[in-house]
Amino acid sequence: MDLGTRKILDRSFTAVGITSIVLMALALLIVVVPIVRGGLGALYFTGTVEHRKIQYEEFGEGDGRRLTREIEETEKARAPVYRFLGEFEAEMESMDPVKKRELASKYGKVKRVLAHMLGPLPGEPEPILLRFQYGRTRWEQVEESLHDLLFVTKWDYSNPEEMAKEYFVPRIDEFRGTALAGLFPYVENNIESMMLPRPTFYWGFITNKSLDAHIFGGIWAEIQGTFFLAVGAMLFAFPLGVIAAIYFTEYAKDNFFTSMLRSANSTLAGVPSIVFGLFGLAFFINTVKVSESKSVLAGSLTLAIMVLPTIIRAAEEAILAVPITYKEASLGLGSTKWRTIMTVILPAALPGIITGGIISLGRAAGETAPIIFTAAVSVGATIGLADVFSSPTPALSWNIYNLASEHEAANEIRHVQYGMVLSLISIVLLLNLSAILLRARISKKLKG
Amino acid sequence: MQMTAESKDSAGVASQGGAKREIFLPPDRERLKEGGTPHVVAKNFSIFYGDFEAVKKVNADILSKYVTAIIGPSGCGKSTFLRAINRMNDLIPSCHTTGTLMFEGEDIYGKYTDEVLLRKRIGMVFQKPNPFPKSIFDNIAYGPRLHGVNDKKILAEIVEKSLRKAVLWDEVSDRLDRNALGLSGGQQQRLCVARALAVEPDILLLDEPTSALDPKATAKIEDLIEELRGSYTILIVTHNMQQASRVSDHTMFFYEGDLVEYAPTKHLFTNPRDQVTEDYITGRFS
Repeated sequence: MDLGTRKILDRSFTAVGITSIVLMALALLIVVVPIVRGGLGALYFTGTVEHRKIQYEEFGEGDGRRLTREIEETEKARAPVYRFLGEFEAEMESMDPVKKRELASKYGKVKRVLAHMLGPLPGEPEPILLRFQYGRTRWEQVEESLHDLLFVTKWDYSNPEEMAKEYFVPRIDEFRGTALAGLFPYVENNIESMMLPRPTFYWGFITNKSLDAHIFGGIWAEIQGTFFLAVGAMLFAFPLGVIAAIYFTEYAKDNFFTSMLRSANSTLAGVPSIVFGLFGLAFFINTVKVSESKSVLAGSLTLAIMVLPTIIRAAEEAILAVPITYKEASLGLGSTKWRTIMTVILPAALPGIITGGIISLGRAAGETAPIIFTAAVSVGATIGLADVFSSPTPALSWNIYNLASEHEAANEIRHVQYGMVLSLISIVLLLNLSAILLRARISKKLKG
Repeated sequence: MQMTAESKDSAGVASQGGAKREIFLPPDRERLKEGGTPHVVAKNFSIFYGDFEAVKKVNADILSKYVTAIIGPSGCGKSTFLRAINRMNDLIPSCHTTGTLMFEGEDIYGKYTDEVLLRKRIGMVFQKPNPFPKSIFDNIAYGPRLHGVNDKKILAEIVEKSLRKAVLWDEVSDRLDRNALGLSGGQQQRLCVARALAVEPDILLLDEPTSALDPKATAKIEDLIEELRGSYTILIVTHNMQQASRVSDHTMFFYEGDLVEYAPTKHLFTNPRDQVTEDYITGRFS
């Protein structure tokens, strides 16, 4: 091949390589930017007085005196709303029955929207579920409710060829000429003084437990559960994996049995995680009965089996990468094999072993399938360290799935889901970062 | 070559049972009379890698407190023979031996021989400097610590003594806590010698200790061997014949696994008895 062709080939390959890297970086940005934006929305948002009420009443956080003042202020602003309702109800009493029946259901809708936005209306019985005891906590939710209040959603079915179209009709038209007509412009103009929106940094999203299935509150139970499960898995898998790797590299003879063990290990690394999940249920819970039912212990054991092959492989590679001259030097000085492994080989292999361990820790933290049947619950209390042997726990990975698919109010609390995703990604990223730093530090120490 | 060997055979030195061919023993009987005692004795000693006989039925006495050089072309089995003396070949799974190799009257490959104790008494320095990725102090103290010395004061004494013996003390005394991998190649190799000396061995095996070093560092290592002469039994494998003639009292010449000639260095280099030896030392070797 002549020089010209070679140069052209080199350049075109460089171009292709750079393009693919740029594309990958773009793809990463496209994935990460919305996650970060949505997730930060759980921490930093425009909160209403209702948010501050919950924080004060449920967690004892915030400035009580200021809150009392704010509540007085909002009640003053809300009083006319309730007056409109009272006047309209009185007016309805004297209407003719046909019109009354027609308006009653429309009025019911207005009341529901108002209760959703402002919290329970005066005179109504105290709701049992926490989610009905407070109004809307975030300003964008208030705006949605306001839109619901001001407009009636209708569907246009006129063209059978196409899907129906949504359109909005002002709700005030339904109540023209009644006492309620004044309500709509009033709410529209005074919504801010009724809700007192204020930029809020909600650190409690990380440190508070969730209230009423994540409708309010934070995700501490999930973070802690993830931590327990991942660390628990490593407690089992790391020592076992390192010992197995030492056996494979230093003690095992090259025979049929060990080559079987090796290929079994490789196969195990490729088994889908849901299979591990079902295995965990069948083996740890139903057969061995490590716990009555789902528990952190059973989940940790299942995750441990899942990450074990990775740890063994990484530790094996790391041990094999230690120069044989170290081993010769140590043995030549009259060291035993065991001493050599402990004082020379393992310290030199440590960066690689730790990297494998932390990457596995990240994987254990992020896996969903193995804990579905063995450890995770969608709604649960924060558990203590003593409960890990018997209690299941919520965990980030599982609750992200749960909020995305099964939660009844999934649409209203997207910010919680984003917040969980961001937290999980941050945890895994932090773990990997610490692996890189630790590795760099130990390598530097070894290189002198 | 085979022909010449056969003809030498008939020259008739005491025949040793079953040897494929006669070995040109031994060394310097005169020195034996002067008080030299055999330290390592090989009798019909063969080393195999699988089926391949890398060292063939060697018979030789290695004398105490002398420097013995082992020379020969690549792949002739000289390193294999050296590494057999402190059982370093145990690391190679396919390697096994026949015949006997005795160290102070004890069979090195005996059933009940503790190779750990053996290696404590037979120290080794390798071709490539191989300090541990630890501090200079910890490198030297590694051996003594293995053998139960934990007193810091005693360890410090041992470290100083060993480094002085290896003529390295003046260069590193102010940075004993630095990582040994920061030293130059020559310093690292002398550190390895010091590390081997720290466990107070009787025999020091040097496996091409200067092949990875520049001439200046090589000279220092040779000076060091000169320094240690008389205190330890030293075996040195080398490719460099000038080096062998400079540092050694006796020289063994290996060729294709056979110990072709073993004689006082002066004799071997000035008046080799074997044609192959002569070809090799004069560089007429193809």
